[in-house]
Amino acid sequence: MSAPLLSVRHLRTEFATRDGLLPAVADVSIDLARGEVLGLVGESGSGKSVTGFSIIGLIDPPGRIAGGSIAFNGEELVGAAPERMRALRGRRIAMIFQDPMMTLNPVLSIETQMVETVLAHERTSREAARARSIDALTRVGIASAAERLHQYPHQFSGGMRQRVAIAIALLHSPELIIADEPTTALDVTVQGQILYEMQKLTRDSGTALIWITHDLAVVAGLADRIAVMYAGRIVEVGAAADVLESPCHPYTRGLLDSVPAATAPGQRLKQISGSTPSLLRLGAGCAFRERCPRATPECSAMPEMTTVDGRALRCHHPLAPVAREAA
Amino acid sequence: MTALLEFDTVSKRFSRRLDAVERLARRLGANVGEQTVHAVDRVSFEVEEREVVGLVGESGCGKSTLGRIACGLYRPTDGTVRYRGEPVSHANGARRPIQMIFQDPFASLNPRMRVAEIVGEAPRVHGLVDARGVEDYVAQLLARVGLDPAYVRRYPHQFSGGQRARIGIARALAVQPEFLVCDEAVAALDVSIQAQVLNLFMDLRDEFRLTYLFISHDLGVVRHLSNRVVVMYLGRVVEIAATEALFEGPNHPYTQALLSEVPRIDRRRRAFVQIKGEIPSPLDPPTGCHFHPRCPHAMPRCAIEAPALREVAPGQRSACHLNDVPTR
Repeated sequence: MSAPLLSVRHLRTEFATRDGLLPAVADVSIDLARGEVLGLVGESGSGKSVTGFSIIGLIDPPGRIAGGSIAFNGEELVGAAPERMRALRGRRIAMIFQDPMMTLNPVLSIETQMVETVLAHERTSREAARARSIDALTRVGIASAAERLHQYPHQFSGGMRQRVAIAIALLHSPELIIADEPTTALDVTVQGQILYEMQKLTRDSGTALIWITHDLAVVAGLADRIAVMYAGRIVEVGAAADVLESPCHPYTRGLLDSVPAATAPGQRLKQISGSTPSLLRLGAGCAFRERCPRATPECSAMPEMTTVDGRALRCHHPLAPVAREAA
Repeated sequence: MTALLEFDTVSKRFSRRLDAVERLARRLGANVGEQTVHAVDRVSFEVEEREVVGLVGESGCGKSTLGRIACGLYRPTDGTVRYRGEPVSHANGARRPIQMIFQDPFASLNPRMRVAEIVGEAPRVHGLVDARGVEDYVAQLLARVGLDPAYVRRYPHQFSGGQRARIGIARALAVQPEFLVCDEAVAALDVSIQAQVLNLFMDLRDEFRLTYLFISHDLGVVRHLSNRVVVMYLGRVVEIAATEALFEGPNHPYTQALLSEVPRIDRRRRAFVQIKGEIPSPLDPPTGCHFHPRCPHAMPRCAIEAPALREVAPGQRSACHLNDVPTR
């Protein structure tokens, strides 16, 4: 196996709050190969977005990366000089945010914003930059890109704005795109279009993609591998089909059972009892033990991440994988 | 038998008055007119007693407006809403048998009121409990929706999103309603919490003999909970059917598109197909059938004439000209 594009080891990101140090990301290790699509799934407060922000170097005080390493193409990003991060960000690692209005400046035309992005990383003529911008807009499915380039963000609908944000991310053909819930604010039919574009783009360009979402169903159709996060730690990683068809961590199982489609209409849904614990008062041990049906006294010690048959798990009492039926 | 709730050709239009500059510009001969949004356009359907009707559609389709009309928060521009055969009253101060549960568990609770007041104010005003009994009454309701009654003195910010959703439900139940309008009531919740709240809705329905109008963009949730489903697109109803009939055999091309776009866990690594176009602006909806610019089966007639909602199978009504084409 060749060296991974991205290798995160024991990442810890903390935020100083009035109530104490909050470990939004407690211990995350993950590898990503070139061209691979990883679905990073978790509920609110699980640390999935902070993991994404840590990788691209957008953690600002009161937050800080308190430990671990992030190697991108073998280069250490934790503690890298701000100039070096600026050179990487936007050119080789790009990010797409949930709210496209946050990415786009409302008082600048799309043309200004795109040309600026090209020129920030490359010495080229404005004409060449314009041509690249038009090309990128066309690739994400925006019709009459040359005319729309002159428009301002408010003249675009929500779905179109997200396409522009994706086009900007694509301008420098980055090796890695981090997408943080990019379709959550969009309608179902528009979400379908964006998923279609992203699938096509990653396949054509060989860009690796980390798709952060709370919705397992969205990544089910898109991701090669799925990583499930809970309370700042990854609890299960595996091939998308394996994780979805036979989850081994009780939390993943509970999450899949909670989706209405998993139960016959009108029947009571299988629910996970309780609610997500406060990260300030986690204590030692597995963070899920209070809600877990399989918890034993052993669970008050934090389980280590163990890998069996390509499935990484952080659990003392994992469920046995369901034998896959021969197709 | 009359239906519990009946929408009879209900329309709601919102207009924006011209401001001073625009009025002046018009006086000087500029071509500025009032902009009108047809949020709800001649909608008719009934909800039977003890039924759960799911109302689905994408943003701007008018589903929330219709929910607010149902519980008397908005007055329809045209048409009538009848509850047990009587037009829904808009009088202030009347206790309403229809209560609403709002989407945002953060914005819909007053941050400066304690839970005891949030839940207890309405039943006290309507004389359902006296001032001394309020605390017990609130404690009972909290216990019923799965909250610790010891929390009555707390403020909303001391609760998580799921707990706040439960407070919103307790508040609606406090005036002993018969009918709940749930407007995206679980949309802001995490999946594991959403399952808990959906279970609560189903339990309450049996216990208090409730009827629901369940508004959601999440088809999985609607399929799970509803007996019948109403699909709206840009202010109009495009299809109504029993839940299973709709999910098994959607008739309207929009319903078909909507169902095929829903991401599902069992549909893996599929090739995403593209529905063309975006939802048009409700300020300037397309002529004829609102869906025709995006419809793969559009005919010339679709751009001219709006199709009527007609029965295509027992209990299934759809508004599409294709149903007149015999070769389909």
